[in-house]
Amino acid sequence: MSQASTGVATGEVSPKLGYAATLLVAALWMVPFLWMLVAAFNPESIGAGMASLVPSYIPTLANFREAWASADFPRYGLNTTIISLGILAVQVVTITLAGYAFARLEFPGRTLCFYLFLLQLMLAPVVLIVPNLTTIARLGLYDTLLGVMAPYFVSAFGTFLMRQAFRAIPRELEDAALIDGAGVFQRIGFIYLPLARPSLVAFSIVSVTAHWNEFLWPLMVINSPDLRPLTVGLASFTRGAEGAQAWGVIAAGTLLVSAPLLLAFALFQRAFVNSFVSSGIK
Amino acid sequence: MAQAVFTAGRTSAWSAPRWRPRQASVLAFALLAPSLLFLALFTYWPVAQVLWQSMHGQIRVGGPQAYVGLDNFQKLLADAAFRKALVNNLVYALGTVIPSLVLALGFAMALVKTTRVNALFRALFFLPVLIPLVAAASIFLFLFLPNVGLIDYHLAKLAISGPNWLGDPDIALWSIMALTIWKNAGYYMLFFLAGLQAVPADAYEAAILDGAGPWQRLRYVTLPYLKPTIGFVLVIGLLNVVTQVDHVFVLTKGGPSDSTNLLLFYVYQQAVENYDAGRAAAGTLVMLALLLVVTASSLRTLERSFGEKEP
Repeated sequence: MSQASTGVATGEVSPKLGYAATLLVAALWMVPFLWMLVAAFNPESIGAGMASLVPSYIPTLANFREAWASADFPRYGLNTTIISLGILAVQVVTITLAGYAFARLEFPGRTLCFYLFLLQLMLAPVVLIVPNLTTIARLGLYDTLLGVMAPYFVSAFGTFLMRQAFRAIPRELEDAALIDGAGVFQRIGFIYLPLARPSLVAFSIVSVTAHWNEFLWPLMVINSPDLRPLTVGLASFTRGAEGAQAWGVIAAGTLLVSAPLLLAFALFQRAFVNSFVSSGIK
Repeated sequence: MAQAVFTAGRTSAWSAPRWRPRQASVLAFALLAPSLLFLALFTYWPVAQVLWQSMHGQIRVGGPQAYVGLDNFQKLLADAAFRKALVNNLVYALGTVIPSLVLALGFAMALVKTTRVNALFRALFFLPVLIPLVAAASIFLFLFLPNVGLIDYHLAKLAISGPNWLGDPDIALWSIMALTIWKNAGYYMLFFLAGLQAVPADAYEAAILDGAGPWQRLRYVTLPYLKPTIGFVLVIGLLNVVTQVDHVFVLTKGGPSDSTNLLLFYVYQQAVENYDAGRAAAGTLVMLALLLVVTASSLRTLERSFGEKEP
């Protein structure tokens, strides 16, 4: 649909007043970030004056040095990376196969299967935290990164996303490959997956963002400090620094933990926004 | 659709002779097997377990599990902390989803034109979505600090003595809700931005010719077109509020006097701090029931979004 044909381009959507209000709210929305930045580079980490939103000092990295020294952020970052990418790697396989089945194959119980998948959409593993923890323990995965990852290896949302993408691909392409003698995995791998790349990218961004930021489930599964992801590490780090009222150090630690995704967003803004919009599917 | 292709053997390319229905079914279930295995392990089996556990418990401390009927539910209902968590979660759900939705719609309408400045504002509203909820909570911990914290400090400049945002049982839940709204509004904004693209210009032009003012255009043009988006955001939002409690951990631990306790946090407390598996399971079942109500009442919206029905 061309932009010119929508109400959007003619600017008839909102009254001018709305824009002024937005400016005001935007200023309000910025405050937490602004404070994080100002406090993180403040040479004073403790005491009065931490509430300033205007830097009145020469910026220093002292808070970052202290945060870096008091928590093993590189290790947490590595754990988070392993968790997010590990989940994604398995998900790509499961959602591609299931997505193909839903998109291109007719089988008895298809509607029932659809609803069974839909069930997972509402029952995030974190809701079933207690029984899932028992399962993880029985599988011998308690206090392992694999235990954090396993409940997310299948994604109903991803399956539906891939199904939509696969449906939009002309069957003729697959038929041509079929005639050439390509097996089902070859057809999925060489025809469907490359053409569904935008959806796959969208899913990857949403999935990695979600698991990068996840807290409660890893908190339950992980016991060893060495295996903590960033979020769990930050929570315990904040608890320690809060007692010392070291707000500058907390701000620096928070910035360290938030930086990877913020940086990725700065680099791939459009992809991020598009992926979150397509997570609404349609 | 494809069913007809198989059974009637029409000359659609897909009815290539090597694909008989039975083969297609075998293949389909083979492809679904990995997903179904994980769904069974981490969705269906846990639900069954919760059902079983909710009716079992230890009659003596340290004793074996025994059937206790509806005991766990009775204990649950008798527990003031649980009732508080239930009410809190309802207040929290309505008090965060609806304001976030209204704000998101406002942001989207104001920023729908693609200009450089608007792109910047969109990014600004979207940033909270990207930072972990625990990180947001760490920042808000200082914002809400009594007296010296960011909010109270600036209120003091206006000669207003700010309340104890997280320490006052009447205010704490609302403080936490403010954080949730800050975190989510930008996410919902994206859906509305996408939804607004689908409103045809003619609709606005016709409305203007008919002499419709801005509010009438909103009421009779924009909102009707956005109805599916509003429905979807509502569902996503309501499903989210039950599963997000990270900020409660960092900010209040459910206190003061359970004023910020939410269902999932209550379940966590029962399971991890009180070792009461039966009550935790009963609590989980209440959560599942609520989620089921939301999902069932929105099945049409979900089906449309995830496209089981043909367009």
